[in-house]
Amino acid sequence: MNQKYKIVILGATTVIIFILFLKAINTDKVYQPNQMVNKKIPEIILEDFNNKNSKIDQNIFSQKDFVLINIWASWCVPCLIEHPFLMSLKNKNKIDIIGINYKDENTNAQNFLKKYGNPYSRIGVDKKGEVTIQLGAYGVPETYVLKKGLIIFKHIGPINEDIVNKILELKK
Amino acid sequence: MKKIIFIITYLILSKHAISANEELKNKIYKNIRCIVCQGQSIYDSDTDFAIDLKKLISKKLENGENEKQIYDFLISRYGEWIVFNPILSFHSLALWLVPFIILLIGGFLIFRFNYKKKN
Repeated sequence: MNQKYKIVILGATTVIIFILFLKAINTDKVYQPNQMVNKKIPEIILEDFNNKNSKIDQNIFSQKDFVLINIWASWCVPCLIEHPFLMSLKNKNKIDIIGINYKDENTNAQNFLKKYGNPYSRIGVDKKGEVTIQLGAYGVPETYVLKKGLIIFKHIGPINEDIVNKILELKK
Repeated sequence: MKKIIFIITYLILSKHAISANEELKNKIYKNIRCIVCQGQSIYDSDTDFAIDLKKLISKKLENGENEKQIYDFLISRYGEWIVFNPILSFHSLALWLVPFIILLIGGFLIFRFNYKKKN
């Protein structure tokens, strides 16, 4: 074999191996909060917060053009921090927000909403924390933005001014 | 007498089945990362998140799902990072195979070099 070809083959092999290693090294090795983004909302069934005999399922999200899912609890301090932003999204920007009340006592949750206002059009109850795992969440608060049942954005932690702007941008 | 033998056999078998199930459960718990903790598995963690995952895995096993189905479900929700032993994929396979390929190429080159020298 020609010496020139040998060098080219050796060079090409080295480059391929280098790329393979680089790709493996660059693979995200931390928790990926965006794992559920660009996926359809999975099958979920929640008990209705206001009516124990009624259920809320994933179809409610698929029917809406633009909707937020907010996982919250009355015992969660960061939820209290983000609450004014949720109220503003509902009242000022007319954004539909569906709440998931996470591992909470109904009375405490009712009192929370009475005291600070209710930004949710409907609320589902996840008493055991099973539904939130279906959604790929790990706690409260978490917010998902959905367009016709497709998750287009997810935020972990309390929402703030920047996230509100991002949500409004996504609505356009 | 037959009844007693039947009951003893039943008890022994069910005890084995329960311990095998517990073993599998613990094996899965130890392979699932508690993503809200620092380098702990859900087996070692008592956070709400770890407890919820343990309950869910237990329920899934009771419903007849196997280990792979449980890992697939959790990876689809939280990414591959959630398992300590990653599932065999193209990238991990490449990392395993590349050293052997290099070894083979090296061996071949040495062999050719020696062969040429002899001739």
